[in-house]
This record gives sequence, C-alpha cells and structure tokens, in this order.
Amino acid sequence: MQADALSGGFANAPIDAAHAFRHIMQVMAQPGRIETVTGGTPPAPLSQAAGIVLLTLCDPETPVFLAPSRDTQAVRDWITFHTGAPFSGAAEAAFAVGTWDELSGLPFPIGTAEYPDRSTTLIVECDALSNTGATLRGPGIKDSATLSLPETAAFQANAKLFPLGLDHFLTAGDQVAALPRTTKVS
Amino acid sequence: MTDYNFAYLDEQTKRMIRRAILKGLAIPGYQVPFASREMPMPYGWGTGGVQVSAAVLMPEDTFKVIDQGADDTTNAVSIRRFFQKTAGVAVTEATAKASVIQTRHRIPEEDLREDQILVYQVPIPEPLRFLEPSEVETRKMHSLEEYGLMHVKLYEDISQHGAIATAYAYPVKVEGRYVMDPSPIPKFDNPKLEMAAIQLFGAGREQRIYAVPPYSKVVSLDFEDFPFEASKADHPCDLCGATDSYLDELIVDDDGGRLFMCSDTDYCQGRRAAGHVGAQGVPIEEDAA
Repeated sequence: MQADALSGGFANAPIDAAHAFRHIMQVMAQPGRIETVTGGTPPAPLSQAAGIVLLTLCDPETPVFLAPSRDTQAVRDWITFHTGAPFSGAAEAAFAVGTWDELSGLPFPIGTAEYPDRSTTLIVECDALSNTGATLRGPGIKDSATLSLPETAAFQANAKLFPLGLDHFLTAGDQVAALPRTTKVS
Repeated sequence: MTDYNFAYLDEQTKRMIRRAILKGLAIPGYQVPFASREMPMPYGWGTGGVQVSAAVLMPEDTFKVIDQGADDTTNAVSIRRFFQKTAGVAVTEATAKASVIQTRHRIPEEDLREDQILVYQVPIPEPLRFLEPSEVETRKMHSLEEYGLMHVKLYEDISQHGAIATAYAYPVKVEGRYVMDPSPIPKFDNPKLEMAAIQLFGAGREQRIYAVPPYSKVVSLDFEDFPFEASKADHPCDLCGATDSYLDELIVDDDGGRLFMCSDTDYCQGRRAAGHVGAQGVPIEEDAA
C-alpha cells in the first residue's frame, strides 16, 4: 500500500460527512440540482465528488464495483483504507463507479418486487455537469429541470422499471447531481 | 458536548441511515428497512425521528421540534435539548427560521421552503398493519400494489358512519404507486404533504424509514362520491382569531368552559404578535404583563 492512500479522507469525519451528505441528499431529492462537495481528495482518476460520495456512504457493509477506468491500485487502496468497503462484481455491488460507457448494460441488481431498495447506486463519472440537455420531470422537480446526461434511452428504460431500477449520481470534478429511478427523462 | 460524537450516533450508524434515506427518496412512499438503534429515550418518544435527524443535521443547522404543533411540550423540549447537547446546533421555535424541523403528528401551518427538511416521528409506518398483521403479507400487498383492503376499510367507515371516519393517519398514495401512512397527522394536514421541503419519516421501533421528495404527488385515498375532505373544528382560534389553522379544544374550568386554540403554537404566537386577537384572547402585551 502506498502512503498516498492514507491521505485525502475527511479531516473531521462526523462534520465533513454531515456536510457532504446534506448536499448528496439534496441532489437526490431534487433531480437536476447540481451541488459542490468538498472535504476529501481521492487519487486520480477518481473525481473529488465521486470520492466524497464513497467516503460519505460506503463502509464494510457496501460492496463497491470499480469499472476498469477507475480500477487502479491507488483507488483500491484509498477506498479500502478510508471506508473498508469490499470490492465486488457488478451483480453484488451496492455502489458502482465508472464512466457511463463502462457502467451501462452491466448486470447490476435492480431490487426485488418486495425490496426495491436492494438495487445498485451508480456513480457515473462525467466530464462536466450543467443544467442543459435532457429535460427531467418527476418527484422532487417543481415543473421540469434540465441536466446534461450521457444519454436518454437507458434512463427512460430504467424509469419504466419503477418501483425497481437503478439510482444514479453524476459526478464531475467537485460537482454532484443525481438521477433517481423516478425521474422521467425526455 | 465533546463527550459525544457529533449528533450522538456513531458514523457507521449514520451511514446506514443515510443510505436508507437516499433509497427512500428514490422510491417515494416505500418503507426502507433500517437497523434502528436503541436511543436514550423510550420507543414511542420519537426514536425514529431522532435517528433521522441525527443523520441529517449539520452544525450550522437551526433545529425546531414540535409535538402536536407545540414547541413547549415535554417531548419537543427534550429532543431539542438532546441535539443542543450532542450536536451543538442552534434551536428555534420559529418555523421560518428553522432549517430542520422534527415533528410529532403535525405539519406546521406556515408553508415550508425548499431549503427546509421536515422529519416525522412515526409510530406504525405500515398503513395496512391494522388490516393485516403479517409483515410478509403486507410486503406482498405493496409489491403487487394490492390496496383493495384499504378501500374496503374506508368503505366500511362510510357504511357505518355515513362518512369516512378516519380523522388522523389518513392513508395517502404517493406518486401513484405506494400507499403510505403519513404518520398520525390530522387529515387537515394531508393536503400540505405536497410541499417544497424534503419530508423524511422515521419509525424507530418498527425499523423503517421512508420519504417524500419535494413537489411529489400525494393523494389522499377516497371515493368519487365521497371525496376526501380536510376537516377541522368549525371555530376560529379563540386566542388569535385564525380561521385557517388546525385547532385544539381545551376545557378551561370546572363548568365545562371551552377554548379553541391553534395547535401550532408558533403560528398562533406570530399572529398574536401581529395584533390579531381572538374571541377569548387578550393583546399579547397585556398577556405578558
């Protein structure tokens, strides 16, 4: 393990995690909203926002799937040291990190009819996030919102699975947005 | 304060609760199981709401707690003090000044904003529980969207009483999918469930968390010929004269004297401070003297 893995976590875990979670909850509750998160610095190629989502939500109970572009020894060491989360294949993952090209189409669990919450949360690494592009409607959105999405067809198909389906965080740099399964994309 | 971890709970517990909150927001109205912890208060005193608040609070927050609308009851005062001590947050009784509001059995009269969070204390999260005692069965009913039993219950209300007699914990359907117990709020509050704030529900003993994102569609169950009606005591507030607020009826002497007053104490106080006086009220300056 390299010494780099030991740094870049939350300096004051209870406070930093509380701040990060409030932003993370707000973006999940209001799809299309973009928030900036700070407090952690993961090793490249993991974005700061993706790293902070992992720091805030992952622990030994949540298997993490790393897509090939994010699956480096430095990233593995950092996640292991700071969260203790085990690594898994797509089919067992509670969280998954990667670009949209890598993650779309993989066999992530979408929950069961009786436990729709047992589905993977994807952390989709994007080049940039902006309030342009696809139109979003659904719970958490007053009339409509717009968000730059990597594509629309897959998210439309995911919304049709409701109440099953995947939930997504979109991350770029220190910015995070979310797209839960309830959002109708057009 | 430094004797406690921030907001009392340990970090791993908060992460587990936070994950449940996010899945709850992603599936509005669905009850997410969570590993509820023992809290330093008895079940029934808001252990679920306290755990949700602990997972949500930041040091910069201003926290308000109401019990049946009132800021000054035992339950509200002790929970407020609990987070003052363990999280060091500022507290307030003013609805507009609060960023996080924990509530037992009421929604504040004042409209909430997008930057506010409303945390409900829930005793029995399963709306079908009194109709079907088995968790295995109710879970299956939710998965199949089989809510006929609930409509039979409302129908029986009508056949026995001539109207839907359910006055609190009135079942709602969220975003056209899950039937949800809005916690024992009076049905007067049901229309307010469609709001700008994030609503989180915590049931400690029953180990369930659920949520309603802002602007979600929340429909009270009813029939075409017996539409839902938000009801309250047909009386203005005797202290502030409000005609649009939910009222408590108090017996004030041994001769059966009665007084109706707003259950939302902050709303009533605000109106009285603005100069409104009800039938049995006195201007607020004289009251203080």
